[in-house]
Amino acid sequence: MPDLSINFAGIKSPNPFWLASAPPTNSGYQIMKAFDAGWGGAVWKTLGVPVVNVSSRYGGVNYRDKRLVGFNNIELISDRPLADNLREIEEVKKRFPNHAVIASLMVQTRQEWHDIVRQSQDAGADGFELNFGCPHGMCERGMGSAVGQEPKVLQMIVEWVMEVATKPVIVKLTPNISDITEPAMAARRGGADAISLINTIQSIVGVDLDQFAPYPIVDGKGSNGGYCGPAVKPIALNMVKNCAQHPDIKLPISGIGGIENWRDAVEHILLGASSVQVCTAAMHFGFGIIREMTSGLEQYMVEKGFNTIYDMVGKALPNVLHWEDLNMKYKVTANIHKDKCIGCQLCYTACEDGAHQAIKLNADTRVPEIIEENCVGCNLCSLVCPVEDCITMDRTDDDTQHLTWKERTEAGTAPTEFNDEKAGGRHHWVPEPSAALGKERHKTLPGKARLYSGETVLPTEA
Amino acid sequence: MAEFSTPTTEQQFAENFAQLKPVMNRTEALYESSRCLFCFDAPCIKACPSGIDIPQFIRQINSGNDTGAARTIYEANYFGNACGKVCPTEVLCEGACVYNLQEVKPIEIGRLQSYATTKVIKSGEKLFGPGADNGKKVAVIGAGPAGISAACELRSLGYGVDVFEAKAQPSGLTVYGVAPYKITNEETLAEMAYLQAQFGYNVHFNSAISSREELAKLEDKYDAIFLGIGLGRTNELGLPGEDKINCTGAVEFISELRQHHHAVAVGRKVIVLGGGNTAMDAASESSRLGAENVILAYRRAKDEMGAYEFEYDLAKGVGVKGLFNVAPVEITGNGYVAGVKFIRTETKDGKVREIAGSEFVEDCDMVIKATGQAKQTEFLSLIPGLKLDSKGRIMANAHTGQTGNPKYFASGDAWNGGAEVVNAAAEAKLTARGIHAYLSK
Ligand SMILES: Cc1cc2nc3c(=O)[nH]c(=O)nc-3n(C[C@H](O)[C@H](O)[C@H](O)COP(=O)(O)OP(=O)(O)OC[C@H]3O[C@@H](n4cnc5c(N)ncnc54)[C@H](O)[C@@H]3O)c2cc1C
Ligand SMILES: Cc1cc2nc3c(=O)[nH]c(=O)nc-3n(C[C@H](O)[C@H](O)[C@H](O)COP(=O)(O)O)c2cc1C
Ligand code: SF4
Ligand code: SF4
Ligand code: SF4
Repeated sequence: MPDLSINFAGIKSPNPFWLASAPPTNSGYQIMKAFDAGWGGAVWKTLGVPVVNVSSRYGGVNYRDKRLVGFNNIELISDRPLADNLREIEEVKKRFPNHAVIASLMVQTRQEWHDIVRQSQDAGADGFELNFGCPHGMCERGMGSAVGQEPKVLQMIVEWVMEVATKPVIVKLTPNISDITEPAMAARRGGADAISLINTIQSIVGVDLDQFAPYPIVDGKGSNGGYCGPAVKPIALNMVKNCAQHPDIKLPISGIGGIENWRDAVEHILLGASSVQVCTAAMHFGFGIIREMTSGLEQYMVEKGFNTIYDMVGKALPNVLHWEDLNMKYKVTANIHKDKCIGCQLCYTACEDGAHQAIKLNADTRVPEIIEENCVGCNLCSLVCPVEDCITMDRTDDDTQHLTWKERTEAGTAPTEFNDEKAGGRHHWVPEPSAALGKERHKTLPGKARLYSGETVLPTEA
Repeated sequence: MAEFSTPTTEQQFAENFAQLKPVMNRTEALYESSRCLFCFDAPCIKACPSGIDIPQFIRQINSGNDTGAARTIYEANYFGNACGKVCPTEVLCEGACVYNLQEVKPIEIGRLQSYATTKVIKSGEKLFGPGADNGKKVAVIGAGPAGISAACELRSLGYGVDVFEAKAQPSGLTVYGVAPYKITNEETLAEMAYLQAQFGYNVHFNSAISSREELAKLEDKYDAIFLGIGLGRTNELGLPGEDKINCTGAVEFISELRQHHHAVAVGRKVIVLGGGNTAMDAASESSRLGAENVILAYRRAKDEMGAYEFEYDLAKGVGVKGLFNVAPVEITGNGYVAGVKFIRTETKDGKVREIAGSEFVEDCDMVIKATGQAKQTEFLSLIPGLKLDSKGRIMANAHTGQTGNPKYFASGDAWNGGAEVVNAAAEAKLTARGIHAYLSK
């Protein structure tokens, strides 16, 4: 059995799965329940100054029948008394000495930071996470993302914390910034032990079409909130990668954003995270999802022969390059496997209207055909095809040549004019604009039109 | 063993005849509509005789535009609600859905269709209206799917429309023939009321047109006459004993059932003669009315039955037993039906041959003849110039519905020889356009 345990910047945890600082970590009750269920650690719901919350607080993005592919909130940090939280931290640590309990903190003045760090330390917290991320409510008061967006202020606060902290300090980064490595570098300069990312992204998840107000609605009005859940994973992965690849940051990363199963977690890890945090998925499905996550991770590690989490941390990083370093001689072409095709013709209409007119329809069959000369290998058809492995993108170059844009520029062979022989689109066939008119009306017009155009075949025999 | 106990209350009736395709709720519709792939040149549309733009209306349901979905449906088919429930979707749209090729359950197109239309019917939302009055008038004979569809389309084109119906309720066999577990009377009539409120045609009930004089009056008063008269009574078999009490025609039995529900009595052992869809319906219905034994007797082999496979499965599912390769020769009994004398048959070179000396009597106390509906040839002979083909079907232009008598147009069962509601609705819409073309000349 692979070893799932981690030592994250000095914080030990039986597995890399932590609950992110959020409602699921609002109380000792919830965290004990989560540890009982199998979670390795928890970042306590942010402790700080007294706050008052509004009702309602959450908004969701549904995709067709799928609920909460995106989630947003306008909630603030913990609204429970600090003393209660500290007492419960102590209780949890007593009962679960080997699990990671991390205190998330957000206050304003140097004195306040010193006080709260000491108090949490005394309560037994294994480490700290400085919340410089909350994109609503707290930033107006000069905290949260207001700090996260100002590298200098961020660095200063980290320095204050480091003055008294005896346990590892993680800085949680806000994604509401153009270059995530800047606050990460500031954290490093301030002496932080690790970073975690991402916090929520400023968002409006939807507008009520009857009340003309953004969700979630508070007495007919709304405010921007913080976006998270499955929809933000791609943004989080990119930011984790940016921090992990940066030559000077060199801090352990706790990956957060859109993680709801083992695959999401592995993706974060392969791009450089060595612990992962989960909020929305636990809010949606409860703590029970941990069983699928650990078993999936274990299975994956066994299959890949990884003994510890560290065997896989950042394993995909060498393969994430700049665009200019990609091999332009590599070529794939779409290939439809006739036996699997169900004839929905989504690939046809996607390539015809949305790509390169490289798929055609033939009489007497619903299976479309790839026009190989026109296929640029964009993947679109294979992405829209509803059948697994029905359209494969097969390699068609002979794997003998390698040439990147950078190499071309350096060799002076990059195209400089549109009619340059070396330009990509030159020999690509595009139909005359007027050939589009009326081309598929008989196939795309509603039934009524078919009926009147006489296309509907009327029964003559009973 | 009876599958069902005899229903004695409306509630028990509703339980025994529970809807096969109950109307979806919003959640169900959301989930099901989410599965639709929005196929290009969708095969489901092609398989729909009325050419409803199925992916479009499903997408409308999915985005919360149920009203728009209903409009899409009604623009192609005025019996959109009924069709969603009564169409043999297994062999039409749903049978063509691409999911079948993946061995995945096809989209429940019919139920989604009734979902959207039920919603507008219930709200009474105005989606359509008559066109500007063009001063011309059309008489419609028969308020079935064909007649009502023609009336709607003609009204939208600005014609004054009077519908003459022999019976007391509109929708023809939809309310007098289709099995009660497919659609309820309330549902059928609600759609009829909705259409009439939208389009404002007049319907004269209990007004059979049956004489040359009545036809002459219509010819005088109207610019065109639409024939949507459907088919007639159950064919006589010409067997000895056919007039015995409890020997009835399927169409007549079902019509009673639709109107009087559990007040209709069925025998303890029922023999249904025939192998078509109507026979399957009558057999299923007998069983659901509490008959202990229901036997479906057919002259040929099982796989030669005209009924759709799923209809036979449905009958088998409620305990109906098949008796194949038998031809009835006599209905036995003394005043009341006591049995059917059959002779065994075999099929050779496509011809059914009776096997001499193989007669036997199967006891029963009720016989339902599902041996096809007669054509209304006598009535149709009153229309000069109108021609029928060898099977008694009205001959008319395939695109305009115009008959040998240019003033008369026809659609539906009377023309196609007996198909489905959807065919009548689709044909009538086209024929209304044919009338319009003729009168606009
Ligand atoms: C038992 C049975 C079950 C069926 N089940 C289904 C099913 O599940 N699904 C499906 O899609 N289809 C089913 N059908 C077929 C479907 O009902 C018909 O195809 C459809 O109703 C035909 O419509 P129509 O308007 O042509 O004729 P009809 O529905 O027969 O309507 C004709 C109307 O004209 C009236 N009429 C006739 N003569 C005159 C006259 N001289 N003067 C005034 N009025 C007149 C009649 O009273 C009737 O109301 C079934 C048919 C039967 C018999
Ligand atoms: C309702 C709610 C409240 C949150 N409160 C906090 C908080 O107090 N402190 C904090 O650092 N992050 C807070 N977050 C952010 C989460 O810890 C996490 O960074 C974010 O939700 C992304 O992870 P996810 O995609 O798994 O949800 C909150 C998120 C939500 C949804
Ligand atoms: S998208 Fe896939 S299943 Fe659909 S027609 Fe194309 S190849 Fe066939
Ligand atoms: S890969 Fe792109 S260009 Fe090639 S057939 Fe598919 S959609 Fe068209
Ligand atoms: S064939 Fe099926 S999946 Fe495709 S559009 Fe029609 S209902 Fe939707």
